[in-house]
Amino acid sequence: MDALLQFLFSGLTVGAVYALVALGFTIIYNASDVVNFAQGEFVMLGGMITVFAFEAGLPLPLAAVVAILITSAIGVALNKLAIEPARGAPVVSLIIITIGASIVIRGATQLVFDKQLHRFPSFSGDDPIHVLGATILPQSLWVIGGALAVFVGLWIFFTLTLTGKAVLATANNRVAAQLVGINTGWVMTLSFGLSAAIGAFAGVLVTPITLVGYDVGVALALKGFAAAMLGGMGNPKGALVGGLLLGCFEALTAGYLSSQYKEAVAFIVILGVLFVMPQGLFGSKSTERV
Amino acid sequence: MTGRNKWISLGVLALLIALLPLFFPSGYYYRVGALIFVNALSVVGLVILIGYAGQISLGHAGFAGIGAYACALAPEHLGLHPALALVLGAVVSGVMAALIGKPILRLKGYYLAVATLGFGILVSMVLTNERGLTGGPDGMNVADLGLRSLLRDMGWRLSGGEFWYMVCGVVLLVGAWLALNLFDSPSGRAMRALHGSEVAAATVGVDVPRQKLRAFVISAVYASVAGSLLALQNGYITPDVAGFMHSVEMVTMAVLGGVGSVLGATFGAAILTLLPQVLTVFAEYEQLVLGLVMVLVMIFLPQGLLPSIARRLKGRDE
Repeated sequence: MDALLQFLFSGLTVGAVYALVALGFTIIYNASDVVNFAQGEFVMLGGMITVFAFEAGLPLPLAAVVAILITSAIGVALNKLAIEPARGAPVVSLIIITIGASIVIRGATQLVFDKQLHRFPSFSGDDPIHVLGATILPQSLWVIGGALAVFVGLWIFFTLTLTGKAVLATANNRVAAQLVGINTGWVMTLSFGLSAAIGAFAGVLVTPITLVGYDVGVALALKGFAAAMLGGMGNPKGALVGGLLLGCFEALTAGYLSSQYKEAVAFIVILGVLFVMPQGLFGSKSTERV
Repeated sequence: MTGRNKWISLGVLALLIALLPLFFPSGYYYRVGALIFVNALSVVGLVILIGYAGQISLGHAGFAGIGAYACALAPEHLGLHPALALVLGAVVSGVMAALIGKPILRLKGYYLAVATLGFGILVSMVLTNERGLTGGPDGMNVADLGLRSLLRDMGWRLSGGEFWYMVCGVVLLVGAWLALNLFDSPSGRAMRALHGSEVAAATVGVDVPRQKLRAFVISAVYASVAGSLLALQNGYITPDVAGFMHSVEMVTMAVLGGVGSVLGATFGAAILTLLPQVLTVFAEYEQLVLGLVMVLVMIFLPQGLLPSIARRLKGRDE
């Protein structure tokens, strides 16, 4: 029982990171129908820039803010320079463009910074907290709390603000949104900036636990993508639940079956879900009619 | 593509393969050439899947991995001749593609991409983790094909580079010929109908799932044979051959050259194979440039390099 709880704690921690990556996917997918394979690079940038700003002498919170701002700017640049010019391109092209962009970001990071793994100190110490016979790191609570805070923040943004509703309207029907006067180009820019910021925030939260290096983004993007798909592409609630579930699957597999194949089981679960209900757990049940 | 165009494509390819060595200043270029042909072979397979049938796969390196490790494992454990191991790998890849293709190909677009991606990752994970069998991340040795020593006994002395250049060139030609024949066959026309609209294809009587599956299986066999040739050529193989980045490279080569044409695919394979060779001089910039090429070509030459260039040349003539 203690072991189970321990596995769930670690599962929820990584799951929260997957959920944040999946939320980033969801926002961009909704606004532009693009699955952004560079989403994992935003997380990596958040961690990397914070590390180097911190080592350059900035206080940690300020370094984190700088990292999130720079990453958002890179997200906006990605939209302006690569996604908008390719508007209307087939899915294969868009996949290659975002994968290409992720390789560019990785290559540039490696040039600007280095190829080493880095970390910075935990926000509130490294003394584990004892809960019902299991332990949890304070930083894990930061990660899980951060993911929940982002989710609530997004929910408020989308349901209570006019800008958020404009994003939803664009997601629902781009042409109709334009007709009622919504600047859909701006909505896309906002979405890329926002999702880059969320990714960078995840990177800031998790770096003290998992370390950061220029190439950690690929795995994160794949997991986040899988999580978004598990929950139902384009659904924020699905992204949150899908991420947390995926993290728990992985941790339980690592604990009870095989740590080498923990990622395999995650993918098998996702393939299974896709076969049984291709729309994901929370996806809309709409069928394509012709 | 008419029958005449088919022979023009094959003729151009054959001429290139035959004449290029005249310009090779050193033996090293034979190796690069052979590598290009191997990559082009798996890309021709992807042309059938992406270009003809309109389906994407981000996991085709998985099949290359199966082919490569068949050539490494079967001679050692089953006592098979490496050439038979290549065939065995192709059969295993084909059967595997048929089995997983059935459920996977019901998915579309990004969903299909992630499902195939998951398959590729599973294969590379098995190859990396089963140390006892595959040597883990360090990889393993691959037995010699034995054909070169046979040729030598017959009095035909070839360097390793020359030999593999010839073998891979010939296999690529055969692969291109088969793909071009498929293009003109009823089955190929049915596949190409899918690319336009699956619904329209279904209404004119095309068995959509069957044609999708056929394209998937055929392209998997191409990737597997290419993986085998790579393993035999290097005499050594690591799980990287099945890695996600290799899958991405394959798709990029296909789309870079122009996904609709066999010749274009070969062109794309040549560029992306040559690029890292040139860039080793600027090793730190390799990733940056590779990524930029991918992005820029997709934005500015969405049809792929070769068709875009061809159209521009034609436009100037008229």
